[in-house]
Amino acid sequence: MALPQKESTPIFSDATAGTLRLIAYLALAAVLMVLDHRNGWLHRARYAGAAAIVPIYKLAAAPADWIHAASTTLTQHSKLVDENRQLREALLLAEARLNRMHAVTQQNERLKQLLDTQQLLGMHAQLARLIDVQLGPTRDRVMLNVGVDEGVHVGQTVIDSHGVMGQIVEVLPHASVAMLVIDPDHAVPVMASRTGLRGIAHGTGDADQLVVPNLPLSSDVKNGDQWVTSGLGGRFPAGFPVGTVTQLKRDASGMFLEALVKPAAQLERSGEVLLLRDQPDPVGPPAPAPEVGPPDSLAPRATQGGRRALNSDLMPSVPSQPATAGTTP
Amino acid sequence: MNRMRAQGWAFWIGIALALLLMLMPLPALIQPLKPYWPALVLMYWSLEASDRVSVGLAFCVGIVADLLNGALLGDQALRLAVLVFIVLRFRSRLRFFPMWQQALAVWLLLLNNQVLQALIRAFAGDSPMPALSWLSPAVGAAIWPFVFLLLDDVNTRLRGNKAA
Repeated sequence: MALPQKESTPIFSDATAGTLRLIAYLALAAVLMVLDHRNGWLHRARYAGAAAIVPIYKLAAAPADWIHAASTTLTQHSKLVDENRQLREALLLAEARLNRMHAVTQQNERLKQLLDTQQLLGMHAQLARLIDVQLGPTRDRVMLNVGVDEGVHVGQTVIDSHGVMGQIVEVLPHASVAMLVIDPDHAVPVMASRTGLRGIAHGTGDADQLVVPNLPLSSDVKNGDQWVTSGLGGRFPAGFPVGTVTQLKRDASGMFLEALVKPAAQLERSGEVLLLRDQPDPVGPPAPAPEVGPPDSLAPRATQGGRRALNSDLMPSVPSQPATAGTTP
Repeated sequence: MNRMRAQGWAFWIGIALALLLMLMPLPALIQPLKPYWPALVLMYWSLEASDRVSVGLAFCVGIVADLLNGALLGDQALRLAVLVFIVLRFRSRLRFFPMWQQALAVWLLLLNNQVLQALIRAFAGDSPMPALSWLSPAVGAAIWPFVFLLLDDVNTRLRGNKAA
């Protein structure tokens, strides 16, 4: 006697089905990651969902803001007075320096006019506040509270009062993400202000260290040298402090020097930052000249017959003009 | 019915809080030590209410977390799916472990998660993780008993409400 067969025997047991489902999800995730890596889907999705996402960031940043506000309120009076005095001194010093700089600037402007260069010395900047959230596993990127609607675009330089902080890498309608100079994926063309030696400062992922590799062994660079942006590459405007050399050593190959640099910007503390409005004039070879040829009526043509037929269709009253032009070259 | 709904609320609020905690910054020194909150919360619910959590749900939570985090779409989705799959597979054993053994299992699960993250970052060409972040699974395991007790307390209270 045969046992009564169950009507629906599952092809896969429960465990197998679970495993298959997991594999399907893993494959889906892998496909998503590859597509996102190649096409930047995430940015588009984030841009579309920004109306929902940005308030979440604000919410997540709120406790940190409260703690900050509370600590400011609870700071002792004497400490505030002290800080106030220090700031006054700093301001006085800065103003004195600025006054001196003013004269130098004017002189520089005259000289530049003499040299017939046109470089803007004035700069337009926009104030932005940090939204205190953590993006990704490291703290190499920060979120700012201005976005496309405030005129921010990808590639703008972010500075604080001490130096270059980084650049904008992603914009949302009312927020934007800036990559800091310490991000290992970040590099900025720099120049030693003392000697004019050029290099490229890379981030290391370490909060207080950049590295300028591939300097010749014979190059004149010392501890304490200040590096400023060189303006090469056209991304960062020239002349903003990037950092000071703290250590010099040979690189792994022993053929080049490597300068370890402490960033000038206060990356840990900056609550308010400036976004530079103007992109610098690109430095480098001039753009290729646009294709300029003789006027259309004088241009030589490849198909004489076709053009003539067309011409006779369009302007039958002037038949002689194209014929003479065609024979000149 | 009522109890189920209350539990559902607790579940979603827990997930939302975990995502917020993921975004909240800590002082820079201890930043890399921050435990992976969404994983902890998902682990509790897959142990205690396995009908509520599935691999697909973990995947969706991961996608949302990726959207918020802005690193790589699909990264956390993959990791959370793997994590929840393992927990669901060994659920019957993990549930009856004493707390210290459970914490040890959580440490291993989070470590696995961390290894996956490092692999994904390596494939995507991102910079390697800070060395200190390898202690983050241990921190997660250390606070697991508290997370478990807290969520369990909320869970039993909701159940008690129904009985009353």
